[in-house]
Amino acid sequence: MKPLNLKKDFPVFNEGPLVYLDTAASSLTPTRVIEAMDTYYKTMPVNVHRGVYQMSYNATRKYEDARENIANFINADFEEIVFTRGASSALNMIARIYEPFIDETDEIIVSEIEHHSHLLPWQQVARRTGAKLVYVPLTKAGRITVDNFKKVLNENTKIVALTAVSNVLGYKTPLEEIIDLTHQSGAIISIDAAQGVPHEVVDVKKLDCDFLAFSGHKMLGPTGVGVLYGKKALLDTLEPLEYGGDMVDYAYKENATWKDAPYKFETGTPPIAEVIGLSEAINYLRSIGMDRVKAHESMLQTYALEALDKLEGVTIYNPTSETGIIAFNIDDVHPHDAVTFFDEDHIALRAGHHCAQLVMAFLNVPATLRASFYIYNTKDDVDAFVKSLKEARNFFTSVGF
Amino acid sequence: MKKLEQLYRQIIMDHYKNPRNKGLKDDEDYQSEHIKNPSCGDDITIQTKVEDGIVTDIRHEGSGCSICCSSASVLSELLKGKTVEEAEHIAENYLLMLMDKDYDESIDFEDAVAYQGVKQFPARIKCATIAFKAFQNTLK
Ligand SMILES: Cc1ncc(COP(=O)(O)O)c(C=O)c1O
Repeated sequence: MKPLNLKKDFPVFNEGPLVYLDTAASSLTPTRVIEAMDTYYKTMPVNVHRGVYQMSYNATRKYEDARENIANFINADFEEIVFTRGASSALNMIARIYEPFIDETDEIIVSEIEHHSHLLPWQQVARRTGAKLVYVPLTKAGRITVDNFKKVLNENTKIVALTAVSNVLGYKTPLEEIIDLTHQSGAIISIDAAQGVPHEVVDVKKLDCDFLAFSGHKMLGPTGVGVLYGKKALLDTLEPLEYGGDMVDYAYKENATWKDAPYKFETGTPPIAEVIGLSEAINYLRSIGMDRVKAHESMLQTYALEALDKLEGVTIYNPTSETGIIAFNIDDVHPHDAVTFFDEDHIALRAGHHCAQLVMAFLNVPATLRASFYIYNTKDDVDAFVKSLKEARNFFTSVGF
Repeated sequence: MKKLEQLYRQIIMDHYKNPRNKGLKDDEDYQSEHIKNPSCGDDITIQTKVEDGIVTDIRHEGSGCSICCSSASVLSELLKGKTVEEAEHIAENYLLMLMDKDYDESIDFEDAVAYQGVKQFPARIKCATIAFKAFQNTLK
């Protein structure tokens, strides 16, 4: 397979030299996504589901076609796709709409490698309801395994909340078996797929998951839009979280009735341009092919790890990761000192705790550097990164770190 | 890489590697202020002892990048022995200097002048300010 060469599709590369290795935080935006959103604002910048005039009808069509397209992308049904502000907002919504079914006899399984956006909503549900919050023991490397999952799953488990891919360590959770086991014990599962859906085929029917969430801005789409997937039968039994326009069916003085899912979970004017942009991002990803996306990232990761393996004075925390995320530090150099060096070379890396403070505690470091790859990255990017890393290490040694 | 080399020249590295006045006191006469920058993990506590309107001791403890940790040490040397008013004035103007605003140029910032170099790295300015902000709060 020929390596992908897509920088021309991303206008930010015209702004000057840039080696962008921070997709795990946010991906770059291709021209066609920007244009799709532009077209909405230029040709039908009006609200959806409200106007009876032609332009509003067109906007509504675009918006709902996007829902259909996004549903297809993860093999969901149309009614199972709820638009939110992002993965965080979707994951919070899942916890809040499911909270009424949880009491102090229940257990909630989470893990230390969850992003704060998946950990804290359930931590707070546990605090409010008195349910027990249980952490899957991690392996030495920081992985969730089926064996370890079995150690915490029991008849009291009501909900399992796990990430598909760790945003720091890049490890994939063995979801299929875990979902199976979860259902066998009568619990339901919420999956944070913010780092999954952008990088490989995710099929919610095949997975048989109950809830799943992801964000637009990590998969070439705009900020401000995310997706909550919920099984139809489940969404139908749940109460809305927010009340207002668009989600209501009939309003009376003392009561009201709601529309069916997904609309009962979407009050107010939605992020229309953003939903259209996300749909276009999906078209773009499809035109490349998710298998190629995955193969490309994997090629870059292998190439980078081979070079990094030879470097002394650099610690890689996840050499066995199966995705394009590399967590590392230069020995004895705080990542914030290091990241400024890379920045001077126009290399964008993330330094910090990556919204996963429990992962930092697990690794016993205050923070790490993180490089993450996507379709626009090339071997040249990896070469530039490795070169800069060597120079950084030498520089910090020379000034006395 | 010249800019960075200048920044990390002796003063910052010296205070990073050999911090002065480090370690907190378990003493009620000290006012403590703890500031965290959760987005990067910088975490600094500054303690100040004031007697008769004079800052007689400053202690610090914490973890973070070289800019953050060294600036706490520099601060402790710079402001110890000053009157509260002087110390407040210097801290305020140090922050103004880093934010590229007008400041009192007659002040002798001693080693703290090195942090002017941080202005070339806007993403790092916060690292150089949190110790001074924590110090300001200890005087409140
Ligand atoms: C694994 C994971 N979950 C959730 C999120 C939250 O996504 P967002 O910031 O788009 O709400 C992120 C991204 O920061 C993530 O990496």
